[in-house]
Amino acid sequence: MNILSPLIDHFNYFIIIFLMVSGLYVVVARGNMVKKLVGLMLFQTSVYLLYLSPGKILGGTPPIIDENFQIYSNPLPHVLILTAIVVGVATVALGLALVLRINEEYGTIEEDEIFAAEDEDK
Amino acid sequence: MSAETLIVVALLVPIVGAGLIALTGRNPNLRETMTIATSLVLFATVMGLLAAVLSGATPRTASVEIFAGVELGFSVEPLGMIFAVVASGLWIVNSIYSIGYMRGHNEPRQTSFYVCFAIAIAGAIGVAFAGNLFTLFLFYEILTLSTYPLVAHKADAKAISGGRIYLLMLLGTSMGLLLPAIVWTGIVAGTLDFMPGGILAGKLGGTALGLLLALYIFGIGKAAVMPMHYWLPAAMVAPTPVSALLHAVAVVKAGVFTVLKVVVYVFGIDLLAETGASEWLVFVAAFSLLMASIVALTRDNLKARLAYSTVSQLAYVVLGAALATQAAIIGSGMQIVMHATGKITLFFCAGAIMVATHKTEISDMAGIGRRMPVTMFAFLVGSLSIIGLPPLGGTWSKWWLGIGAVDAGHEWVVAVLMTSSLLNVAYLLPIVAPKAKPGERIAVTEAPKACLIPLCITAALCIVLFFGAGQVETLLAQLATTAPADIAATLPKGMPDGL
Amino acid sequence: MISSNLPALQVVLPLLGAVLTALVRRGQIAWFIALVVSWTMPMIAFALLKQVLAEGVVSYALGGWAPPLGIEYRVDLVSAYILILVSLMGALVVSYAPRSVASEIAPERQAWFYTMYLLCMCGLLGIAITGDAFNAFVFLEVSSLSTYVLIALGRDRRAILSAYQYLIVGTIGATFYVLGVGLLYVMTGSLNLADIAGRIGDIDNIRPLLAALAFITVGISLKVALFPVHLWLPNAYAFAPSVVTAFLASTATKVAIYLLLRYLFSIFGVVFVFRDLPVTEILITLSVAAMIIASVVAVFQANVKRMLAYSSVAQIGYITLGIALATQTGLTGGIVHIFNHAVMKAALFMAIGCVVFRTGAVKIEDIAGIGRHMPLTMGAFVIAGLALIGVPGTVGFVSKYYLVAAALEKGWWWLAAIIVISSLIAVVYVGRVIEVAWFRDPGAAIRAAREPPLEMLVFTWILTAAIVVLGFDTELTAGIAGRAAEVLLTGMK
Repeated sequence: MNILSPLIDHFNYFIIIFLMVSGLYVVVARGNMVKKLVGLMLFQTSVYLLYLSPGKILGGTPPIIDENFQIYSNPLPHVLILTAIVVGVATVALGLALVLRINEEYGTIEEDEIFAAEDEDK
Repeated sequence: MSAETLIVVALLVPIVGAGLIALTGRNPNLRETMTIATSLVLFATVMGLLAAVLSGATPRTASVEIFAGVELGFSVEPLGMIFAVVASGLWIVNSIYSIGYMRGHNEPRQTSFYVCFAIAIAGAIGVAFAGNLFTLFLFYEILTLSTYPLVAHKADAKAISGGRIYLLMLLGTSMGLLLPAIVWTGIVAGTLDFMPGGILAGKLGGTALGLLLALYIFGIGKAAVMPMHYWLPAAMVAPTPVSALLHAVAVVKAGVFTVLKVVVYVFGIDLLAETGASEWLVFVAAFSLLMASIVALTRDNLKARLAYSTVSQLAYVVLGAALATQAAIIGSGMQIVMHATGKITLFFCAGAIMVATHKTEISDMAGIGRRMPVTMFAFLVGSLSIIGLPPLGGTWSKWWLGIGAVDAGHEWVVAVLMTSSLLNVAYLLPIVAPKAKPGERIAVTEAPKACLIPLCITAALCIVLFFGAGQVETLLAQLATTAPADIAATLPKGMPDGL
Repeated sequence: MISSNLPALQVVLPLLGAVLTALVRRGQIAWFIALVVSWTMPMIAFALLKQVLAEGVVSYALGGWAPPLGIEYRVDLVSAYILILVSLMGALVVSYAPRSVASEIAPERQAWFYTMYLLCMCGLLGIAITGDAFNAFVFLEVSSLSTYVLIALGRDRRAILSAYQYLIVGTIGATFYVLGVGLLYVMTGSLNLADIAGRIGDIDNIRPLLAALAFITVGISLKVALFPVHLWLPNAYAFAPSVVTAFLASTATKVAIYLLLRYLFSIFGVVFVFRDLPVTEILITLSVAAMIIASVVAVFQANVKRMLAYSSVAQIGYITLGIALATQTGLTGGIVHIFNHAVMKAALFMAIGCVVFRTGAVKIEDIAGIGRHMPLTMGAFVIAGLALIGVPGTVGFVSKYYLVAAALEKGWWWLAAIIVISSLIAVVYVGRVIEVAWFRDPGAAIRAAREPPLEMLVFTWILTAAIVVLGFDTELTAGIAGRAAEVLLTGMK
């Protein structure tokens, strides 16, 4: 029980770390450029959770002032992450656009094939 | 004009001259008139300063602070004065010679040649008049960079690789060793100014002092102390006027001049004598001196032989600095002048031979004495001055160095000096008179007048300097930091009074 | 009215400019808008510097929301210095740009180019001016996203590939950064930098703080292109349009270094970072590796732009070295090198931009003998190259002197030796180009080359002149850098 309690108390962080590492792994290990972007998104999402989860206060309500409630959740992380999501979407959009252009130029989106094509050029 | 203005003018004249040369590049006659006019104006300016320095003054300009502790400033003390007079005076002669040589050889890109040359002279004058280590370093690098195009001038594979060695070694030693030495000096002494008696007294222990001196000596690659001499023979791919003025006078002398200046005004000879921090350098310089002479013996290419001779002769100056006695310093200062006139004569002759006969190897020069009698007579005069025989200027520098060695308690150095003179005889004199093949008729074919006249002038200078050495000595005696009586006591008998 | 809103204008104007350029769709007009905006920027930056020098830190509450809740724009000496650097470089680059852009980018994309350029400018200035950790992330991404596009506009198809690779690395870096900021937020409950700096001392549990420091440092290092996470930089610089390379090399990495300085010194504090943790050792090791390895790699490059890019990695090593020493002299050296390196690299890339404009050649062997046909352009290259080596009389000497002095003050001989060895390698790679450009016989393509159009030459030479002038008059660079170092070493309070 004692060993497990820190795990249970901080389970949200463990989920975050798991998502983060899997995302990074995909980015590094996959040669397919679209899959890389998927990994990147996964990685970013884990950070969104990092912000959001501590903002939730047990028993808290959305921060709309009402005399029936005394405890409110922190609204700031949501606002921040809204911004971060926008940034993330923009990044992925741009990334996909670049992948499209790469596909036009090289006829493939597999990294190793592209590098091989470049080596031949030299 | 005040002496202060003259300093600034002296620095600006060659730079403005370079601009004018560049502008008049399309008209060779005008361009070369510009070169000679610039050199004359510069010499006149320097002579104006000489009058002030001879009267015992040390003209200086106000310093401009660049950043904390680093200033740009100029001052003219005797040592720098001598160097400036030598460099600017010989530039006039060399300019006339250049015209004969460059036209005689049909060299390409002559305008950039003359422009770089003028900038190099500006660098040399800046080194001479530098009032602190930063200023000196700045002009030292300008000198390096402006002479690199001159070395690589021919732009063939050999010239390019020669230039590469030249640039890498000079820039490498100065950025790699000299710069840290200067920064270290700045941190320890709190100033970079040249002060009579040095700025390091009581600031560093003996070992650290020796280490700092080593950084300076090997960092000043232009002084060509072995093993930092390798660039000098490599630089001989340059056109001969470059070898003559820059690699016998301006560049290498800027090197040994810097060594002297650092020893006298940064370390202070008293400090070095007390701590013995320069003891090791006596041996290194002596080794460099003998070794270079021996290598010179083995070289068949005339310019290469002269280059190694230069390495050896530069070691005399460093040796004098290392001995750190008054007489030795005077000897070093004198060696700068005497070797300059002697060696420039030899290089002029080598160039004249190249122009007249297109020969560069000594073994091909059979009968050269009969073919070019005037040139080879001048060569003889120059050689004798380098060897150190009276009645030629070279005598005095060796004399003073000998006295300095005895003063410092290094009697064996006198033997080294003697041996070196014998080696000089062995590698210089055979060039003058190789036997002609029996029965061969040899017509007299001298080089063009523009080549011939300068080398006669410098040969004559070697003789004049024997009698005029008193003037130089008077100047150098001002460097004395201890009681003047010491100097009087060490005066050799028979030294001609100031002419 | 205007003078009290300068901090906001510094960021908002380029943003508005970006929108305008996107709307006009015509390259010429877009350039003109960019030009006007770009030249307004240094004026604002100098006005801000004046305010800072007169009144101390300038704090501006964006939208009237008081900090620490609202976003604060905060200009102190360090940020004013960076603002001036970025805005000035941007203005010079844009003035130089039009014909180079016209020759390298398709007509229908030129307006977009200026849009992206202004967005990038907005992001970079924003990072330097904001006093809010999360706002800095947003600006970081604004500048990064626009940079990816700018790089992808290069002629070579490898430009797109480089942009994609940079996008992956850059996003990871930015996400790391935001992760670290998140941890800091959890610990301190604030996103205002000054506020965090004030509260960070009260934290007992040091472990999350360490994690935050690590994430932030690594994240920013990716943007700085600190060795060994520099791999995106050479390709990006080599294949981006010439103008973009000149702009990025002189601004983007520099702003990232500013952010690093902010966190290491102002937020986490000198004592925590440099005394309690082995940051000095780690950072010096990486800097030294950058200075030596990247320099050596630069020697073996065939492409001039790539060579200069590796040289940038090495030069960034000098800057981080000064930071790692964390002494007054060292930090001054590092900060002054931010400025000096920006000036010389911009001059070098502009000179190469001129060569590309006239000949299209970027390989060293293809520019043989170009010195004789474009002497003014290559003259600028030579002077800027000498500054890279650190020859006295150029800006490079000033930085090098400070760094060597800082190393010797600490008694670290080996470090001084490494600094000079690295400059010696610079002699080799700069010398290589100079030798080929001046002493080889030109090929047919080079023989036809002439000097570039006037404005390209003039702005290249303005920077080249600055290299020499700022090598002697160091009031603006070393003077302010010294005081900025003082500000950083005393903390943010």
